[in-house]
Amino acid sequence: MSTAVSARPKRGAGLKGRVVAMPKPLKITLWVLLALLAYALPLLEPPIISPPGTDFGGVLFTVTIYCLVALGLNIVVGYAGLLDLGYVGFYAIGAYTAAILTSFHANWPLLLALPVAVAASTLSGVLLGAPTLRVRGDYLAIVTLGFGEIIRLVATNTEWLGAAKGISNIDRPPGPALFEIPHLNWDTGTPLLDFNDTTTVLQFGVLDQIPYYWLGLTVVILMLFADRLVKDSRVGRAWEATREDEDAAELMGVPTFRFKLLAFATGAFIGGLAGALYASRQSFINPLSFLLLYSILFLAAVVVGGQGNRWGVLVGAFLVAYLPERFRDFADFRVLAFGAALMALAIFRPEGLLPPRRTVRAKQMEQEIDALEEGAETDGETSRA
Amino acid sequence: MPSKREPRPMGRPAVPEPSLERAKILDVQDLTLRFGGLTALDGVSFDIREGEILGLIGPNGAGKTTCFNAITGVYRPTSGDILFQGTSLAGRKRFQITKMGIARTFQNIRLFKAMTALENVMVGADAQHSTGIMSALFRLPKHRREEQEGQDRAMELLRFMGIQRHADELAANLSYGDQRRLEIARAMATNPKLICLDEPAAGFNPAEKVKLMELIRRVRDQGYTVLLIEHDMKLVMGVTDRIVVLEFGRKIAEGSPAEIRDNPAVIAAYLGVDEEDAS
Repeated sequence: MSTAVSARPKRGAGLKGRVVAMPKPLKITLWVLLALLAYALPLLEPPIISPPGTDFGGVLFTVTIYCLVALGLNIVVGYAGLLDLGYVGFYAIGAYTAAILTSFHANWPLLLALPVAVAASTLSGVLLGAPTLRVRGDYLAIVTLGFGEIIRLVATNTEWLGAAKGISNIDRPPGPALFEIPHLNWDTGTPLLDFNDTTTVLQFGVLDQIPYYWLGLTVVILMLFADRLVKDSRVGRAWEATREDEDAAELMGVPTFRFKLLAFATGAFIGGLAGALYASRQSFINPLSFLLLYSILFLAAVVVGGQGNRWGVLVGAFLVAYLPERFRDFADFRVLAFGAALMALAIFRPEGLLPPRRTVRAKQMEQEIDALEEGAETDGETSRA
Repeated sequence: MPSKREPRPMGRPAVPEPSLERAKILDVQDLTLRFGGLTALDGVSFDIREGEILGLIGPNGAGKTTCFNAITGVYRPTSGDILFQGTSLAGRKRFQITKMGIARTFQNIRLFKAMTALENVMVGADAQHSTGIMSALFRLPKHRREEQEGQDRAMELLRFMGIQRHADELAANLSYGDQRRLEIARAMATNPKLICLDEPAAGFNPAEKVKLMELIRRVRDQGYTVLLIEHDMKLVMGVTDRIVVLEFGRKIAEGSPAEIRDNPAVIAAYLGVDEEDAS
């Protein structure tokens, strides 16, 4: 393990260092170009990357939903250090609230239902957190695991929530169909504009999911900014201090319970938003969309990418959402390959693909200090005489 | 050092000479703590005067750290009371006690290892701040002001401790001694009136201990009151104004270093009857 880890972080730090050292205008230009590329990706339909046989826009939308979820879960797991195994519960609450309000029990437009859905999931986060955040570690994991399952079972068994057959005709975002953009066609080996295959900008339809992807990507970018602003403040420091040593944080004046609850609520907010967007895109949800498996996958995205690092969890979310779609051809072996990949990662990159600042050097130092501290204790005994 | 420190509402006098006539900052009254059948503290009473350095000594298991934990709210006293500036600490949460003005360090270093040294100290400074998620998200003036203030204060304290060049290093990457110094800086950042140091010199060599002694005096001269747990007799005798001795959870002596040194009960219980060299 040690050799595999020590070989890489230097390069990562170098790359990061080089990006940080760039002059600001250049950096901004670079980011804008990157964002434009991300927006244009489904239109470019690059060979190899775009999965054969499925709608690239749809796959990319799923990726953005996973990214959103990973960012939210990262606040809970990565920043505040609270192991949440029932994150899909918040996702479900967001999705079901949007579904009920726009189709099943009312006829609200999606834009009106969205804030309510988000508020409902945030509230559920507070309600779940208030009693349970007093327990730590493994116990919290079990409680949240139960929460996720309870939400799903309630949805399955309640007629008012559509029971097992689910809810359909969920509203789509309003979209003024502005103009059409042709896709690229690579069939001949060189990219050609294909005017038979176009996307109508801002028309959220069933067939063409690219506008949904754009919406999802926009939300992800906004969340990235928000994440950065909050992380880089008293709130972010309090979360990290709580994760590092809850008792020490409390004794340094951090009201840890309040901040854990805040992390939980913030995570639930983002989870609910992701769920509502997902419900709108699917236009149909049923309890099978919110299995425990998804909680595990969300957590896998965070852990695989490197919990505590917002770019890491985005990479993790991309891998977890995209790879199974890309390799649909090997459908029967998908889960097997996924499991093998996770195992390899656990062995070679236990802190994730892009771990946060904690470096190998920090670990070595820790051991040295532990050794010293043991020495100190014996020293104390002898000097006492 | 912190020259441009703001005066706090309950400003502290920076009086150099210790005296029993000064106001009690902490008053421990008949403190008893039992864990099941074990009595860790048994009717301990002592007080700390503003601006002094009080040493709390005793053999291992005497209840020194337990006493610390009771003062900082980690344990609830079985009976007895602790008054801080005349206010009882009973029923207060740990972070509230910190905000009232009692800060501490830990016997086993407990820094936030994955955070930088500066961030560690800023967490301490945040104890006096109230920026919430909305202020942070929209970068409201409050966030800017508090962030700037916290950073300035943290840098000042790192400079005071002589570890400013490690400001951007992870706490875990600091050397052992610097980690101990960082803990003191973090505790000072909460802007306490009373600062409790739990064996700050553990693991130090004699030269470092001398420097630390110097530092603790300078901390006091800043206007802080210091409660010091320490094993090293030389350090305790050299730096404290008064000493309280605990043994088996009971207070067996209290007085100036000279008095403690000559107290037969202390010599018997703590220093060993024949050992005079501890001074």
